Amino acid sequence: MMDEDDPMAEIRASFFVECEELLEALQDGLQIMDDGEADDETINIVFRAVHSIKGGAGAFGLEDLVRFAHQFESVLDGVRSGTIEADRNAISVFFQSGDILGDLVRAARDDDVADDSRIQGVMSSLTAMLGADAQEEETEEEVSDFQPMGLSLDLGLDIGDNDAPALPDLPDLDTTPPPATTAVFEDGYTIHFLPDSSLYASGNEPLHLLRLLREMGDLDVTCDTSALPSLSALDEEKSYLSWTIHLTTDEDEDAVRDVFDFVADLCTLTITGPGKPGPGLPPTDAPSSPSTTNEGATADVSFNPPQDSDISPEASVALKPDDVADVKTAPAPVTSSAPAKKPAPSASKSTKPRPTVRVDLERIDRLVNLVGELVINQAMISQSVMETGLQTNSKVSEGLDEFMQLTRDIQDSVMMIRAQPVKSLFQRMSRIVREASSMVGKSVRLKTEGDATEVDKTVIERLADPLTHMIRNAVDHGIETPQDRIAAGKPEEGIVTLSAGHRSGRVIVEISDDGAGINRDRVLQIAIEKGLVPENAQLSDSEIDNLLFMPGFSTASEVSDLSGRGVGMDVVKSAILALGGRVTIQSNPGKGTVFTISLPLTLAVLDGMVIDVSDQTLVVPLSTITETLTLMGPDIRALGPQTNVIKVRDSFVPLLDLGFELGFRSPLESYVGSIALLIAQEDGNHAALVVDSIQDQRQVVIKGLQDTFGRVPGVAAATILGDGKIALILDPVDVVANADGRTRSLKSDLRLAG
Amino acid sequence: MSLQILAVDDSRTIRDMLNLTLNQAGFTPHLADDGVHGIEVLEDMSPPPDAIITDINMPRMDGFGFIEAVRKIEKFRAVPILVLTTESAAELKQRARNAGATGWIVKPFEPKKLVRALQMVTG
Repeated sequence: MMDEDDPMAEIRASFFVECEELLEALQDGLQIMDDGEADDETINIVFRAVHSIKGGAGAFGLEDLVRFAHQFESVLDGVRSGTIEADRNAISVFFQSGDILGDLVRAARDDDVADDSRIQGVMSSLTAMLGADAQEEETEEEVSDFQPMGLSLDLGLDIGDNDAPALPDLPDLDTTPPPATTAVFEDGYTIHFLPDSSLYASGNEPLHLLRLLREMGDLDVTCDTSALPSLSALDEEKSYLSWTIHLTTDEDEDAVRDVFDFVADLCTLTITGPGKPGPGLPPTDAPSSPSTTNEGATADVSFNPPQDSDISPEASVALKPDDVADVKTAPAPVTSSAPAKKPAPSASKSTKPRPTVRVDLERIDRLVNLVGELVINQAMISQSVMETGLQTNSKVSEGLDEFMQLTRDIQDSVMMIRAQPVKSLFQRMSRIVREASSMVGKSVRLKTEGDATEVDKTVIERLADPLTHMIRNAVDHGIETPQDRIAAGKPEEGIVTLSAGHRSGRVIVEISDDGAGINRDRVLQIAIEKGLVPENAQLSDSEIDNLLFMPGFSTASEVSDLSGRGVGMDVVKSAILALGGRVTIQSNPGKGTVFTISLPLTLAVLDGMVIDVSDQTLVVPLSTITETLTLMGPDIRALGPQTNVIKVRDSFVPLLDLGFELGFRSPLESYVGSIALLIAQEDGNHAALVVDSIQDQRQVVIKGLQDTFGRVPGVAAATILGDGKIALILDPVDVVANADGRTRSLKSDLRLAG
Repeated sequence: MSLQILAVDDSRTIRDMLNLTLNQAGFTPHLADDGVHGIEVLEDMSPPPDAIITDINMPRMDGFGFIEAVRKIEKFRAVPILVLTTESAAELKQRARNAGATGWIVKPFEPKKLVRALQMVTG
C-alpha cells in the first residue's frame, strides 16, 4: 500500500499539490469577497484554506510558512467572527497575503527563500489589522499552548454530579471522609482521582489511565467503593468510584499530569509529588452520594476494577433534565448541556472535492500515444475492409463502424485526462495584474470568465508566458492613467478581462482591456522609424494593429519596468503559433483592445487538410489555411521568372508552388486551374501555396519527428494515414518564410526527409 | 484483529499522514474528508471503530458537529473520540469536550503521541 521508498517524502510532495489547490480556493474566495458577494461560507472557505496550509506546514516543520499562515489565519478569524471588517483595503491585503502564502509554499517546496522584505511588509499590515486587543489574545493562546488544561482543584464545584438529588430513595447520607492515604510514601507520587460522571460520557475510561500509569513505574492502587450504592439504587450513568494511586517513577510531575490531560476537567484530581505526604481528599470531596455498602469500602484493586463494567462508558451521554438544572452552580463541564444549544452545522454548500487519482504524466502520455496508434490502426483496417468490396451493411462493416465510434470515444476520453481547467492559469494572472498595476500606479481589476474551460495541460503550461506578457501589456499600455481615464469620463479603475471558452473545436482565450485602444498614428510612426514599413505606406487599421506583432517592434516610448523586458509581442505570437494557435488583435479607439488567441484542444491530434502534390501526400494544419482557391488565368500575374503573384480580392499575394518549394518538382509552366491554399503569415500577410489536389479534411495523430530528425525546415511533424502511409505535416508558414530566403540547401534536406 | 480507527480531516496531507501513522502502528485506518463523510463512513463500519480522530475546521460539517452527531447515535456513544486540532485554546478544547470529545491532540501531531493517545483511549 505504502510506497516503501519514503512515504513521508511522498506525502510532502502531495502536500504541495494540495497547497496549490488550497491557494486556488483561497483566490476564489477572495475574489468573491472582492466582488462583494461573500457570505459566511465564503469566509469559512478562505479561512480553512489558510488553516489547512498552516496545518500541513506545521507537520513538515515549515516554520516561515506556519508563522505567516498563522498571522493571516488570525486576521481571517477576526473577519469570521466580525471583529475585523473586510473592506477594500483589507481584501487587498488578503490578496497580497495569498500571494505571499503562495511564494512561501513554493519556496518551501523548492528549498528556496522567499522575498523577505515583501513578507515583512504584508505581515505588518496583517498585524496592524489584528490591533492591540487581538495581540493580547494571541499571547494568551500561546500561553495556553503550554498549559493545555487548567486543572480544576476547586473540588466543591466539581462534585455537582455526585450530589445530584438523583437518588432520593437512599436512606442516609454518609459523609464519612474517604479513606485517604493510608501510608505516607517517601518517594513517588500520590494521586487521588475522582472521576465525574461526565468522564465516562466523553468516552474516557479510568482503567486506561491506570494502565498508562503502570507503564511509568510501580503502582499501588486503592479503589474507594464507599460511595457505591446498592444495586437497586445504582444509577448506571453515575460515577461512584474514586482511586488513590501511589506511583513510583522516574518521570517528572508533568509527565504524570499528562496522563490525566484529557480528563483533567472531568475529574477531581490531586497529585502530590515525591516526599510529601498525600493530603488526602478534602472533606468536601467526599462522595456525598449515599452509600449503603460502606463496610469494607476500601478494596485493593489491581488494574481491573471489578465495577468497571458496571459504569462502563456506554453508560451515559445525556443526563436527566434535573441534572442539567442542577449543574447551573457548577461550571464544570457537563456533556449533555452542549448538544441542545448548538445546532449541527448545515450540510449545504457541498464544497467536497470530487475524488481524484494522481497519475504520472508520463503514463498518460504513453496512453495517449497508444490510443493514437489504435486510431491509426483502426483507420487502416477500415480501409482494407473497404477495399475488399464488402457491402456497407455487412456484419463486418457494421462491427467496424462501432469499433470506429468506440476508438474515437476512447481517444476523446484520453485527451480529456490531459485537459485541465484554465483556472489556475487565470489565477496566476490576477496576481500579475495586481503587481503590474501597483508598479505603474494604475488601478486595474482583472475579471475572468470561463475559467472552468479545459485545455490540454501542455497548452496551459506553455500559455503562461505569452499570457503574462499580454496581461502586463494590457495594464502598462492598454489601460490609461487614472487622470486620463477620469478625463475621458471612464471609471478610475480599469478593467482587464480574461476569458476562455470553446468555439468550434478550438479553445478561445481573450484578453481585453477597457483602455484607450491602440494609438495607430503612433504605432505607424514607430514602425516607419524602425524601418519596418516604408515611409509612405498606406496601411489599413488592422494592418497597423498587426504591426505590434512584428519582430523588433516595441511601443514603449519609455522602457517601463513592466513590459520592457526585451520580449515583444512577436515572441508572444510565435509562442502561440508553436502551440498550433493563432492570435488576432482588435482595437477600438477610446474603448479598448481585444487580443484573441485561438488554440487547438490538444497537441496530440490536429485538424489537417490532406493534400497531394507531385504524388506526395501531405497534411496541412487547418488552422494555417485561411481559404482555398482555384486559380483563374486573369488572377495570376508574373512578376519575373518563377515569381508569380495572384490577385485575391483587392490585394496581391505571392504564389508559391509547394511541389517546387519542397523540391519535389520544377516550377510548372502554368498554374491556371491549379488549387492554391491561402496561408496567413505571422505578419498578417498572406501567401498562396499551389497543390495538385485536396483529398480530405481529417484529424490526424501527430507523431513528432524532432527526436529522430531534429528540426526539418517546413515540416512540423508526421502522421500515419488510414492506408498506413506516412505523411508529413507541413509547417506552411515556415515554407513561405523559407521561400522568401530561397535557400536551396534546405530543399535537398527535405528531399531526403520526404 | 487490529484496531479500527476512523480518521476525519479535510486536508489530504493530514489524512495521508494519519493513514501512514496508523498503518505503521498496526491499526487499520478508515478515512473521511469531513463530518458528513465521516458519518457516512461510520455508518458503513461494522463493528464500530475502536476510536475516532477528527479535525475541527472542516467544510460541510465541522468537528464539533461531527462529534455531537456521533454521540447521538446509540452504538457510537462510547467510542473514544480524539480531536486533532491546531487550536490549543482552552475554550476550543472545552467546546470539543462539551460536544463529547474524549481527548485531543494538537497538530502538528507527533506520530508517537498520536499512537499513545489512541492506546490510552482504547485501552
